[in-house]
Amino acid sequence: MKILVCISNVPDTTTKIAFTSDNKALNTAGVQFVINPYDEYALTRALELKEANAGTLTVLHVGEADAEPTIRKALAIGADDAIRINAKPTDGFFVAQQIAHHAKSADYDLILMGKESVDYNGFQVHGMVAELLGITAITPAIKLEVTGHAANLEREIEGGKEVITAELPLIVSCQQPMCEPRIPNMRGIMTARTKPLQILEPVSADVKTQYESFSLPEKKVGVKMIDAANAEELIRLLRNEAKVI
Amino acid sequence: MSVLVLLEGADGHVKKSSFETAYYGSQVAAQLGTTAIGLVIGEINPADLPVMGRYGLKKVFYNNDSQLKDFVPGAYVSVTAKAAELTGATVIILPNSNTAAAIGSRLAVRLNASLASNVIALPEVTDTTFKVKQTVFSGKAFADVLLTNDRKIIAVKKNAVEVVEQEGAAEVEALMVDLENTDLIGKPKETIKATGKLPVAEADIVVSGGRGLRGPENWHLLENLADALGAATACSKPVADAGWRPHHEHVGQTGITISPNLYIAAGISGAIQHLAGVNSSKVIVVINKDPEAPFFKAADYGIVGDLFDVLPKLTEAAKALSQ
Ligand SMILES: Cc1cc2nc3c(=O)[nH]c(=O)nc-3n(C[C@H](O)[C@H](O)[C@H](O)COP(=O)(O)OP(=O)(O)OC[C@H]3O[C@@H](n4cnc5c(N)ncnc54)[C@H](O)[C@@H]3O)c2cc1C
Repeated sequence: MKILVCISNVPDTTTKIAFTSDNKALNTAGVQFVINPYDEYALTRALELKEANAGTLTVLHVGEADAEPTIRKALAIGADDAIRINAKPTDGFFVAQQIAHHAKSADYDLILMGKESVDYNGFQVHGMVAELLGITAITPAIKLEVTGHAANLEREIEGGKEVITAELPLIVSCQQPMCEPRIPNMRGIMTARTKPLQILEPVSADVKTQYESFSLPEKKVGVKMIDAANAEELIRLLRNEAKVI
Repeated sequence: MSVLVLLEGADGHVKKSSFETAYYGSQVAAQLGTTAIGLVIGEINPADLPVMGRYGLKKVFYNNDSQLKDFVPGAYVSVTAKAAELTGATVIILPNSNTAAAIGSRLAVRLNASLASNVIALPEVTDTTFKVKQTVFSGKAFADVLLTNDRKIIAVKKNAVEVVEQEGAAEVEALMVDLENTDLIGKPKETIKATGKLPVAEADIVVSGGRGLRGPENWHLLENLADALGAATACSKPVADAGWRPHHEHVGQTGITISPNLYIAAGISGAIQHLAGVNSSKVIVVINKDPEAPFFKAADYGIVGDLFDVLPKLTEAAKALSQ
């Protein structure tokens, strides 16, 4: 089984987001970048499937050289080799075109990725790659099992889930509780240094959105405290003051 | 030219959340000087469809192909693309749901459209530009994004517009599409859904619990309050991870991000990842025994106290209100 896992490089989830003074870009000073948390589910599930089915696992990242520690981490967790497509990931469609261009000639049985990245939250690359390659995407999946050429999946929907079977090749976007994400061990970190990381140049691709500026939510003006002994007062305030019930 | 709005159904009816999507579409149509047209796929009570006129739709296309009772990704994309072609839609409005995301991303490629998700307000439209505001960094920030293609697809979050109902009925027209076999790949064998429960993302009021509840056996305390307020229940990540609650109730940076009118958090500390998912709620109430809990900084109303005492009191007061 030949598996591709697409990863993105995002600010650690504890990051307090701030922007550059012109509000045109993320202020990356002091920000630690990590593998997108949703992609960790894709990566770990891919490893489990590779181990169970004797396969290969390639990770792919569309981005610039500063993402290499994140790619090495994916290799340390257990991917066999990595590809970096050397381009600024300007929008979801640009990234999807790069992934699809690579995957078209590589015959993957499974392409896994996180359901969305926690930076721009597009929730769209999987579907775009599916359409570009003419194969099916199941998104977002909370369970993925593969026997031979058949996959059994569960897809999360609002308030429940769907049970799906489909034939490979498939694109699956992943989220918890698909598996327990793994962390690299010492041996993994050592071997990751020598695993192949191939750098490819991007294909020319359309960009259809343009981030003009960023802003932060307004701070709350201050919390109104209600005495616990008089908790009923809250309900009255929610009705008469906030007018939300 | 027109604005096409994809309406979602549940249990045989157009979902209430789709009224808002429809109204949003009608407002975009007004900005563009054109009309808004709805599309419903699946088995929906036909009586629901003309009613969509109240939310500004002039017409609703209806596809009740029996194969499409459940969501089938390829087929839904094909039907929506067909409706877009028939109506000459330049803007397509979707809800911000898991299902709509699976449609929107493929449709954007098929129709060569710009796609924006998590949109929280009406677009700013000029003769030459079309700009939307969306949440980014999982709710920690906003971005103004220009959609530069002639065609645009916008996935709209809850509370992006305030609905004003109007007079009028929508015309209804059947829209059947010949599907390819490949369109039917990925059709669910089974759909498992808590019936009669409002999904968290669609609820006006959400009552949410964290580790402070100590175990699933105490969840009735939250559920009772939720029932009294007509609210949905949600939870923090460790609660879902521990299996106390189903995963689809987990809100936060790695769960769902929500924007209800009222979010009540009990026994949740307010970690940055949790706040990201809920801080666009209009009003936030925090109940925590620890006065230093970070959540109070993001709250509008707070109670320092033991949730085991406070929740039943609130439930009683809420019940008294509805009597
Ligand atoms: C990559 C990553 C992603 C994450 N994503 C998310 C996410 O999407 N959503 C999310 O929620 N978390 C997320 N987290 C976890 C997050 O960091 C916190 O650990 C989590 O939100 C804490 O959950 P909690 O508030 O329920 O529990 P705790 O932090 O343990 O807080 C429990 C609270 O209950 C209060 N309490 C206890 N007993 C009582 C009582 N009797 N009465 C009143 N109050 C009481 C305590 O004072 C405390 O404040 C993520 C973490 C990581 C690393």
